[in-house]
Amino acid sequence: MKKTQNKGTLLRVLQYIGKYKWLFFVTVFLAAVSVALTLYLPVLFGNAIDTITEAGAVQFNALISILLWAGVVAAVTALVQWLMNVVNNRITYSVAQDIRNAAIVKIQKLPFSYLYAHPQGDTVSRVITDVDQFCDGLLMGFTQLFTGVITILGTVGFMISIHWQTAAAVILLTPLSLLVARFIATRTYHMFRVQSEVRGVQTGFVGEMIEHQKIVNAFHREEENQKRFDQINDELQVSSVRALFFSALVNPTTRLISNTVYAVAVFLGALSAISGAMTIGALSCLLSYAVQYAKPFNEITGVVTELQNAMACAGRVFELLDEEEQPLDGADALQQVRGNVMLESVSFSYDKSKALIENLNLRVSAGQRIAIVGPTGCGKTTLINLLMRFYDVDGGCICVDGADIRTVTRHSLRENFGMVLQDTWLCSGTVRENIAFGRPDAAEEEIVAAAKASHADSFIRRLPQGYDTVLGEESSLSQGQRQLLCISRIMLSLPPMLILDEATSSIDTRTEMKIQDAFAKMMQGRTSFIVAHRLSTIRDADMILVMRDGKIVEQGNHKTLLEAEGFYHHLYNSQFSHGSAAY
Amino acid sequence: MRKLLKYLKGYEKETILGPLFKLIEAVFELAVPLVVANIIDSGIRSGDWKSVLLQCLLLVGLAVAGLAFSVTAQYFSAVAAVGFATKLRHALFERVQRLSYSQLDTLGTSSLITRMTSDINTVQNGVNMMLRLFLRSPFIVFGAAVLAFVVDPHSAVTFVVVIPALCIVVFAIILASIPLYEKVQRRLEGVLGATRENLGGARVIRAFCAENREKKNFEEKNKALLIMQKAVGRISALMNPLTYVVINLGIIALLWVGAGQVNKGIITTGAVLALYNYMSQILVELVKMANLVIMITKSFASAARVEETLAVQPDVPALSDSGQTGVDESGVRFENAALRYSGAGEDSLSRISFSAAPGETVGVIGGTGSGKTSLMHLIPGFYLPTEGKVYINGIATAAWDRAQLLRRIAVVPQKAVLFSGTIRDNMLWGDSAADDAAIWKALEIAQADQVVRDKGGLDAMVEQGGRNFSGGQRQRLTIARALVRSPEILILDDSASALDHATEAALRAAIATLSPKPLVFIVSQRASSVMHSDQILVLDDGTIAGKGTHKHLLDSCKVYQEIYRSQFGSEEEMA
Repeated sequence: MKKTQNKGTLLRVLQYIGKYKWLFFVTVFLAAVSVALTLYLPVLFGNAIDTITEAGAVQFNALISILLWAGVVAAVTALVQWLMNVVNNRITYSVAQDIRNAAIVKIQKLPFSYLYAHPQGDTVSRVITDVDQFCDGLLMGFTQLFTGVITILGTVGFMISIHWQTAAAVILLTPLSLLVARFIATRTYHMFRVQSEVRGVQTGFVGEMIEHQKIVNAFHREEENQKRFDQINDELQVSSVRALFFSALVNPTTRLISNTVYAVAVFLGALSAISGAMTIGALSCLLSYAVQYAKPFNEITGVVTELQNAMACAGRVFELLDEEEQPLDGADALQQVRGNVMLESVSFSYDKSKALIENLNLRVSAGQRIAIVGPTGCGKTTLINLLMRFYDVDGGCICVDGADIRTVTRHSLRENFGMVLQDTWLCSGTVRENIAFGRPDAAEEEIVAAAKASHADSFIRRLPQGYDTVLGEESSLSQGQRQLLCISRIMLSLPPMLILDEATSSIDTRTEMKIQDAFAKMMQGRTSFIVAHRLSTIRDADMILVMRDGKIVEQGNHKTLLEAEGFYHHLYNSQFSHGSAAY
Repeated sequence: MRKLLKYLKGYEKETILGPLFKLIEAVFELAVPLVVANIIDSGIRSGDWKSVLLQCLLLVGLAVAGLAFSVTAQYFSAVAAVGFATKLRHALFERVQRLSYSQLDTLGTSSLITRMTSDINTVQNGVNMMLRLFLRSPFIVFGAAVLAFVVDPHSAVTFVVVIPALCIVVFAIILASIPLYEKVQRRLEGVLGATRENLGGARVIRAFCAENREKKNFEEKNKALLIMQKAVGRISALMNPLTYVVINLGIIALLWVGAGQVNKGIITTGAVLALYNYMSQILVELVKMANLVIMITKSFASAARVEETLAVQPDVPALSDSGQTGVDESGVRFENAALRYSGAGEDSLSRISFSAAPGETVGVIGGTGSGKTSLMHLIPGFYLPTEGKVYINGIATAAWDRAQLLRRIAVVPQKAVLFSGTIRDNMLWGDSAADDAAIWKALEIAQADQVVRDKGGLDAMVEQGGRNFSGGQRQRLTIARALVRSPEILILDDSASALDHATEAALRAAIATLSPKPLVFIVSQRASSVMHSDQILVLDDGTIAGKGTHKHLLDSCKVYQEIYRSQFGSEEEMA
């Protein structure tokens, strides 16, 4: 089974190479030329040696013309070799580029359930380290496999033409080394795989910890982390030594075989020379072929282990590429949306064994402002995940303007939603690029206007390079500043429907008050879903959904809900019963 | 690289024996042309097939002995190289663990991760190949030259010309490619960063339909990498062809000179053949050496980056406990403290003075970017004040032993991060010796016990970053994590922002019942969260705009009034 899997990996690698068919043919051609010339040179040198017979009998005239010709051949060979290397580099690095590009497309299509269940570091290690190692192996394979194979064929021909008996012995005995190599390689593939896996675990751990190194420091967890790290590290050591040593066995073993074959060739050749059937020059030529014939076997086997590793790495990359994607997009694009949203007996849960949202019904007309409140973990954010179709419902359906959102394209759906989340992710790029994230073609004035509307303009101007300040992964902006940028982002793109999930949770209320006007203006005529803990932001909503344990327990406006004296009433009152809530 | 050599410690035996055994193997290999020359000159010429057979058996014997030595050598080098990399990784991880906040700011996460992973892998491969080949290859090259002199000094002069020429070619190519390899690595880091961005920002990228743009950005970075890889490739691809030309010109010269010597009757044809064989052997070995050199070049570049990180001295001084007793003061005291981040043009905090006694609750309020978090980061000494002093229990943070200080303080950071593992694993971050009872107690106070029960108890799994918990759940768990420590000082850095009011109120009430009661700092933007504190610090633009009780500030502090009004304005009348 492993073998078929292996073969599958190889086929797919070949498909990737298929794109560079022409370069591929060129490199095969160059390899053939370079090998032919490389093999021709010993013939010239053999002829040269035959002109050097004994004292006083050296044919200098013949010698000089042979040597001049040899010089030309050597120079041309070198040129061809160089071109071949350049072409090989081009193919392998391009293939690596293609695979990485395919991986990123894949990552963008993976369902969130995958993204959240798999450590980032592991995925990163597949895209970076595994592709790198695969690429190294492939390059080696290219440069040595072709020349190797062609060399073998060439030397066989030449040897037979010189002395077929010796040739037969060499040709038959040498492939023994292939068998040995295969024997070792099949056993080391597994070891490489284990090594790769342990390495993935380590990369995952390192990624997680280093990303949050500050928290690690704050809790003084350095020693514990070190312990855990060392544990993985030791595991990696064991598996690496194994993989490295056993794969390193191939070379010496095959060398033993080729050295023995060489001895046999010397013996047979010498006997034939004694009987006068062969000149010394021919013998030298034959031996040089015997060496050259054996060498590719050594190299090819070395390449085989390298390729085994490469294939194991490629396998891991392809595993990522084969992950199941999010359910297919609907066919149609959602047209200009008015903003009627309907949820009909929707059920959903992340962990299918535990129910979360069940039989949820909701009808929202265009332009309404919906506030969602409830204790933490009651399913507010989940509801938003469903609206944006980050997850698909398990049962029931969600319709926007009467169209089931599963029948329209995700892009057209999401383009109609503007989202500000509590989790404030910014892309690496300038402040300007971040604000224009939803509308990259926005004009400078529009960007500044959006920043002003969200009161981000003043702090942006105080940044070292203003709007051109580059925000990295660990930019020094505070959560509040980041959130302001996220709000500017929405202020700029102004989609017909809005989702504000704790959109102002990290912004101070003085600033928030100032933004409120802009928010109110923005929500005018737009269907908005607002998740907030601050009841003040909720009071003006057209409809308040009070959620608890995945269900809507109350529904109505601020006034009716307060009068009902239910769960909402309870939540509302606890805001002002400081320090002594009954909840 | 030299500084990294100490990580080979403990593998001295392997490090010495590995190359040595390879060397012995090389000796056997060098003997082969001599044996062959002998076969031609004595065996063939005299037609003595028995002597030919014996000498051929000798060749087989040499091969077998070669195998034994080489396998042993491979084993030693694998053990040493992997052991070296393991220790190096350990050391690097340890160093990263000890970096200060500002050092982490400068070094950056992705680059630390690449160094930890792919750089060290490259170094490991380099060490492995070096141990296998670095004695063997030069030995065969120079050994062949020496033996050539034994055979015929006059012809051997060609070796003296060829070998330096080869060295020049090899080194010129290496020197030209080292800086390029570094560039390749940097661009690879760019690709890595873009990959992480696509994973970490998946939600936002998809929400804004920015997949294509991110893809384009990634492809650009990827292409930049490709261009650099090709540039390096073109140069390092010169290695084999150039050495091939030089060596064959050498052979041509050798045959010409050798022919003269044979003509004069000084050497035999067999000797010319032996010289020719040595020259070929040099080529074979040089090809290996060239590959080795490329690999070593790469690993030197990687090693330099690892070394660079290892050379960063943690700037948090780890002092001994000396001088930390006998001070009769407890609590926190700021004395005219200021903080300027490295590279920043302006102070983030300036002229901060206040003191707080054990058991007190201190509220810290202020707008976005007013310096609240910076202020909190000064207390556990995450950053040291660039001016003035911060005293904890009477000792300046700069003079504290870090471990001692951190043991007394628990911080709940703004961003609620949990780590993959069980909930218990996460709670043990607070205090690795805590038992389940203590953990449950902390969870109760943090209002997180129900969350944990719902998830299935302390052994429920937390995914990386705590992504299988909602923001509010994560916040409560991070608060519990801090409480497990039973700290003297508890810092809640805006850590209840995702909690609903009822939960937050319950949390505050529960913390008030702790005994002994810690000195609590509550950082918030909500007046309702801080108004019942014993003391409130109002921050504005990095300075203290007012301090005192709620009542006092409401009367005297304009900033506080504004904040309060923005939150309670009309509600007060309603409630």
